[in-house]
Amino acid sequence: MADLKLTDVEKAYGDVKVLSDINLDIKKGELIVFVGPSGCGKSTLLRMIAGLERITGGTLEIDGLVVNDIPPAQRGIAMVFQTYALYPHMTVRDNMAFALKIAKKSRQEIDAAVSRAARILQLDQYLDRLPKALSGGQRQRVAIGRSIVRDPKVYLFDEPLSNLDAALRVATRIEIAQLKESMPESTMIYVTHDQVEAMTLASRIVVLAGGGISQVGSPLELYNRPENEFVAQFIGSPAMNMIPGEVVETGPQTVVKLEGGGTARADIPTNDGDKGLKVNLGVRPEDLTATDGEEFLYRGQVEIVEALGELTVLYFKPDGRERPMLAKLPGTHAEMRGRNVKLIAEPDRIHLFHNGKSLLYR
Amino acid sequence: MIGVGGCVGYFYFSNIILDKVIFPAKGPQAGRNINRANKVRPWLFLFPAMFALGLYLAYPVVGSFWRSLFDRSGNNFIGLGNYADLFAGSSFRTAVFNNLLWILVVPAMATFFGLLVAQLTDRLKWGNIAKSLIFMPMAISFVGASLIWKFVYSANPDIGIINATRDFFGLSPVDPVQIPFWNNFFLMFILVWIQTGFAMVILSAALRGIPEETIEAAIIDGANPFQVFFSIKVPQIMGTIVVVWTTITILVLKVFDIVYTMTGGNFGTHILPSYMMTYMFRDDGRATAVAFVIMILVLPVMIWNIAQARKEMR
Repeated sequence: MADLKLTDVEKAYGDVKVLSDINLDIKKGELIVFVGPSGCGKSTLLRMIAGLERITGGTLEIDGLVVNDIPPAQRGIAMVFQTYALYPHMTVRDNMAFALKIAKKSRQEIDAAVSRAARILQLDQYLDRLPKALSGGQRQRVAIGRSIVRDPKVYLFDEPLSNLDAALRVATRIEIAQLKESMPESTMIYVTHDQVEAMTLASRIVVLAGGGISQVGSPLELYNRPENEFVAQFIGSPAMNMIPGEVVETGPQTVVKLEGGGTARADIPTNDGDKGLKVNLGVRPEDLTATDGEEFLYRGQVEIVEALGELTVLYFKPDGRERPMLAKLPGTHAEMRGRNVKLIAEPDRIHLFHNGKSLLYR
Repeated sequence: MIGVGGCVGYFYFSNIILDKVIFPAKGPQAGRNINRANKVRPWLFLFPAMFALGLYLAYPVVGSFWRSLFDRSGNNFIGLGNYADLFAGSSFRTAVFNNLLWILVVPAMATFFGLLVAQLTDRLKWGNIAKSLIFMPMAISFVGASLIWKFVYSANPDIGIINATRDFFGLSPVDPVQIPFWNNFFLMFILVWIQTGFAMVILSAALRGIPEETIEAAIIDGANPFQVFFSIKVPQIMGTIVVVWTTITILVLKVFDIVYTMTGGNFGTHILPSYMMTYMFRDDGRATAVAFVIMILVLPVMIWNIAQARKEMR
């Protein structure tokens, strides 16, 4: 139930800067997801917000108050850990009540808060069990309950679903989404490396890479209008295809001549000076369709066909490319294997990048 | 080589004899013979261990008990006479009382200091050096340690640090080991000094084994360092604390060297093992009776210790 503001936040271990220039405004009621490849510093950033890691530069404000030097407990945050971090020697009830006991709340208050959280998370019948007598999903619910009980301003989730098996992960993800819905006022920050979690839960996603923020935006913004090649390839699965090329026609639409002989028309405005600009054309596998026409974007031989029933993934021969071209076609196309196929995409589904930056955001 | 060969040979040949000679799997009773051989087989494998245990553990216990029923010459059976004498004598009762004090104080202090040091040195850069220093007394024999502390406790202000300190403040020298009742604690402190290192090493490893997240979660929950230590850390290593505690308790019941070297049991400092030593070789009947009392005292602690260690392993 709070606004967060990060200004020029930076983290350095000795001389090594792992995070720098983090500027972020988080509004009350948002669910912000930090995603990024391993080692990008997303957990570190979360732990800095929690107060478990020192902020070595910049300021962190919660509700307008700079909290850099305020201990975790007084920041009004609660955190759910990847490994649950339940106190193994305490019952579920005591686990949830611990923070309130430390805060010297009255018995009635504690009981009320614990039973409310237990009701929300359907833990009523497990209150007197020890954590070791619970399943993984139940343990994570207790960990979430421990946060709810404290009624924090900000909820922090550090990869809460990574230790659960696939089925439980989906179920718990939905529970977290419902939890957020039942507490629309609460601010949540969620760290994950799982795209699906990021896309389904987030009101806004923060993509972290190379020690900084790569792009901030709603899930569909990131999907439809990635600011740079990294975000373009990180969001979406399988990753976006990249084909190098050169701008040959400018105007409200841009025409690009591509390596491999293809051409593409993109709904991206360019001006005369851009003629001859070296660009990378990005197109998502799911935006490609097979064509028999004269015009094509890419032509190649299909090497592997993954028929998944509802859709088919085609892997083309790499032909010297770093990664093979991929296309995702609806329906079943098992017969495509070994064939030469031409691909095309709609002009509004094409992305152009120069030096890694999208031409849309110039 | 001979030992291993002997073992292999024993198992191989004893099984052959069982299968071929005693219950051959042939003839009209083949099936029944196989069943019978299989019933005997486990005992073949158990026999060497049981024999060794019997020879080195069970026999001495029974033998000692038997010996404790005879007088000092070993020729005259006097029943429980030795025990009756023991319980009638005041020095035995002093020894029992002192021993109880030792059992209560030494494990508690050693575990407490060990835990304290383990926690305090956990995050320090020079923590490992401190730990090595504290661990060092473990490598000194009890007699050696006693000699060192004889110097510390020396009544001569030029030798003993205690009296040197008193001298500095202009106080007259005292002999710590001759102060009635309290001298017991001065002796106990030597063992605490030795055993703290042991407790520290084990508890330090246990502290390291606590998942970091539970501590971070407690910090976020608002626990101060003391609350983290007592409400989160200590309960999680309770099993280890109990094992350390009971292990030291058992050790305390065996230590006679310190008392023997420092005071020889004079000035009311006897404990059971040192009391036993004073009778050893002079009145073996009485000494074995004391030994037997000690064994009975150790037994419950031992059982509890093993039960705890087993729980830890699970």
